[in-house]
Amino acid sequence: MIGTPAIDLGPVVPELILVGTAILVLLGAALARRVEPLGWLFVSLAGVGGAAAAAVALWDREGDLTVLGGTVAADRFGVAVRLILLAIAAIGLVLGHHYFERSGEGRPEFYPLVLFATSGMTLIAVATDLILVFLALEVLSLSLYVLTGLGSRLGSIEGAMKYFLLGAFSSAFFLFGVAMAYGATGSTGFADVASSLAGRTDGLALALTGLGLLAVGFAFKVSAVPFHMWTPDVYQGAPTAVTAFMSAATKVAGFAALMRLFNIALQPLAWDWRPIVWALAAVSVVAGSVLAIAQRDVKRLLAYSSIAHAGFVLTGLTAAGEPGISAGLYYLLAYSLTILGAFGVVMLVSSRGDRRTELEAYRGLGMHSPVLAGLLAVFLLSLTGIPPTAGFVAKVAVFSAAMEAGGWPLVLIGVVASVVAAYFYLRVIVLMFMHEPEGEPETDRGWVPRFVVGLPAALVLILGVFPGLVVGFLETAAVLRW
Amino acid sequence: MPWLTVLIFLPLLGVPVLALWPRMSDAVARWVTLVVMVATFIVALGALGAFDPQVAGYQLVERVEWVSSAGLAYLVGVDGFSIWLVVLTAFLFPVGLLAAWTTTHRVRLFMALSLLLETVVLGSFCALDLLLFFVFFEALLVPMFLIIGVWGSGRRVYASVKFFLYTMFGSAFILAATVYLWFQTSAQFGQGSFDLRQMEQLSLGVTAQRWLFVAFFVGFAVKVPIFPLHTWLPDAHTEAPTHGSIVLAALLLKAGPYGILRFNLDLFPEASRYFADAIAVLAVIGIVYGAIVAMMQTDVKRLVAYSSVSHMGFVILGIFTFTTEGMSGAAIQMVNHGLATGLLFFAIGMLYERTHTREMDEMSGLGQVTPWIAGTFLVASLSSIGLPGLNNFVGEFLVILGAFGADRWFGAFAVSGVVLAAIYLLWAYQRTFHGPAREGQRGLADMVPREFAAVVPVVAAMIFIGVYPKVVLDRINPTSDGVVRWVETVEVDQPDLPGGLRADVQPDYAPPEGVIAAERAGVRGAQGASANARAFAPRGEGP
Repeated sequence: MIGTPAIDLGPVVPELILVGTAILVLLGAALARRVEPLGWLFVSLAGVGGAAAAAVALWDREGDLTVLGGTVAADRFGVAVRLILLAIAAIGLVLGHHYFERSGEGRPEFYPLVLFATSGMTLIAVATDLILVFLALEVLSLSLYVLTGLGSRLGSIEGAMKYFLLGAFSSAFFLFGVAMAYGATGSTGFADVASSLAGRTDGLALALTGLGLLAVGFAFKVSAVPFHMWTPDVYQGAPTAVTAFMSAATKVAGFAALMRLFNIALQPLAWDWRPIVWALAAVSVVAGSVLAIAQRDVKRLLAYSSIAHAGFVLTGLTAAGEPGISAGLYYLLAYSLTILGAFGVVMLVSSRGDRRTELEAYRGLGMHSPVLAGLLAVFLLSLTGIPPTAGFVAKVAVFSAAMEAGGWPLVLIGVVASVVAAYFYLRVIVLMFMHEPEGEPETDRGWVPRFVVGLPAALVLILGVFPGLVVGFLETAAVLRW
Repeated sequence: MPWLTVLIFLPLLGVPVLALWPRMSDAVARWVTLVVMVATFIVALGALGAFDPQVAGYQLVERVEWVSSAGLAYLVGVDGFSIWLVVLTAFLFPVGLLAAWTTTHRVRLFMALSLLLETVVLGSFCALDLLLFFVFFEALLVPMFLIIGVWGSGRRVYASVKFFLYTMFGSAFILAATVYLWFQTSAQFGQGSFDLRQMEQLSLGVTAQRWLFVAFFVGFAVKVPIFPLHTWLPDAHTEAPTHGSIVLAALLLKAGPYGILRFNLDLFPEASRYFADAIAVLAVIGIVYGAIVAMMQTDVKRLVAYSSVSHMGFVILGIFTFTTEGMSGAAIQMVNHGLATGLLFFAIGMLYERTHTREMDEMSGLGQVTPWIAGTFLVASLSSIGLPGLNNFVGEFLVILGAFGADRWFGAFAVSGVVLAAIYLLWAYQRTFHGPAREGQRGLADMVPREFAAVVPVVAAMIFIGVYPKVVLDRINPTSDGVVRWVETVEVDQPDLPGGLRADVQPDYAPPEGVIAAERAGVRGAQGASANARAFAPRGEGP
């Protein structure tokens, strides 16, 4: 008698809740057209909250390390990444609701799309099979392509098109990498790939090609140089609220999957992938920082800054294993809070839709909207890495990890690039506080979005002063199990 | 009583008061700030009272775990050097505030930033944990940047951005070196730590020590500033509002030499000896260059800014003579320069407020119109020149004594700085205050009680130190002795520099031991590479 394998769906309950809510909202929005978007916002938030609760319940889970035929890991790393992603999604939903209300572009499909994207992101963070990684990647990417194109401006559609075309290429690269890895090892499961590669000294050509192609696929998703070309256009084109969600969440998800893939499946090839990560980190940090200087639009500026920050996370990941992962997780937490808040402020400054995103709109902001200017200043200082913000602690964490891995030249590149980057962050602060405003301010004065943007600012400061609050949690989460 | 913690965070408590008090008037904001700052000064005096002059090491130490897994602690303490900088800080902030009393532009923000600045300055002088120090040191930039950029004059934006980027560039290397040291503690002691006292125990290879020394030195040299890294200073000092100039010149500049004293000498004694001559040369160049450029200035504020370059050269020269006299001279000179230059900027601020110009060509004969301001400027100038009986004489004399002890030439050039200072400062005094008063400047008001309240205590302190420096020196000397002995006697235990650049460091070097010693510290790549290549190459990667 053939026994069917036990199906333990426990570890994917958060994803099930997310997808269920998404379908509910999608159908509801199509059938019950009278319902205010606010209703859908609350349903979506409830779904996110439920998923978060389900994720927390998994923290102390006992049982198999992987479920569903070894494709989904049930470890604390997954829980930590999920919680970060769900927090981003919640803030992103509120910001997006506000954005579309103000711009009058009433888009009920925004909510399910964010939920679908989030489910893909949380799934990719726990996937331990290349096929599942690919599926999750597609779920999140397709949702993001549509989200990018939600705006009614031409730039939004252009961005979506660009994102889609280049994203399709990168998916192809990734899939080709999966095929290579399968060819080299005869499996797509992380554990089997690892055990097949362990101790092997020859015949690695196929595996290394696969490694390279997979790295390209991820480098595209996390926008590391030289696969960053889409980032500025997409970040600028997408509705600002979507940019906020996308810039924060995609990086977290992409890097989580990258950490898992490289530190489990490709762990035997660590000596081969570390130089790749090293090079990607160095180029991203330098190119992102230098190219941002020439930007005149704040969304493009933050886009280039996000490229540089991808480099910083990669800097931490040059340390294979636990030190790299815990440093990377801290960085991702700090970065995602910061960039989410920064784009949130950008959204409020441009008031309605995406009208005022050029740097000039920030002239004298400190005079007429001191709260928004102050919040943005906190976020910019955190991106610069000035203490006492979470960005500083995060930078120290990744530099320590890289130093432990013997990469002091990378640390040196990193610290010097931060100084270059400081220049363009400062430029915004200078515009806000050291110039008189011109013309009538048009900033959004709603208090709900301000509160939602203030939340990450408070966290950025709290985590900067008391990093100990989460360090223990993240260090526990940094142990990958498979 | 946790003196230092109360001291550091007392000013910070004023910030939420200023931020949250609904509809606070500007006058109330000023008084709240002043009260907080004076209270801080009283606490600082309490800390001074609790400080035992006989003890050479760190005192009033407090330690709280911060991030235990990273070995990061809130660790503060003071020694004979830093206690005076702490007192000076707490003393000059209220003085600076009185200079900014008439500001009307966004007063609450200004006051809040000023209090924030006081906290971080005090914190950086008290921190004994390397990362904690860096946090304060780097956090300095933001309030100072805003104070220059928002309340400054003329090219304030340019000056503030230049200040920020220069300093951040320097401190970037400190951060990299700090992380490297943390990694070394983790490798050598099994538990990473940023505790300065633990890092002193590290055994570092000679090459590594020298590179780390350079990294720290560059960071602090920007702050001092040491020639040729000084170009941010004239801009920042000149464009800053008076309060900013006082804090910048009197206190922030001290973070540089203080950092060198505290970290470079303590952590890298061998490298300190190795680089001593080169740095002394730079210091002497700074003394002479700063003085000559100061003579050429027409803007009186810029003149004083360049004089700071010259005077800070004395401090650096004193440190790198490695004599007790030089070291104590440098330490007391930090305080003296703070008082004298602070007072000079205060006097210039009073003039600027009345005449709205800093060009000496546009001022003349002000001595008849505003005799008290003239007197203040004269006292501060005479002190800067090193007139016996005033404070600077003590420090400069000790430094020159130490310099002659180390090398006659250093002493000789340093003395020329004193002569040049007399020229540019008295000349400035003459151009500004002597001669016939200008038509439009006849009716200017002289000092008001608020200004007297700021000037009198500073002058009193200057005279007190000039006449009876024993009080200060008694607390500095044991620490100087300790530092000199530490730097002069500590032998490097890992000569990865065989037959190296300075044979006197390790005359009888045996290669195998060296390699073993190097490996013990986790120096990879020590074998195989040729001796010379290693001597000049940066430290290899860790295990």
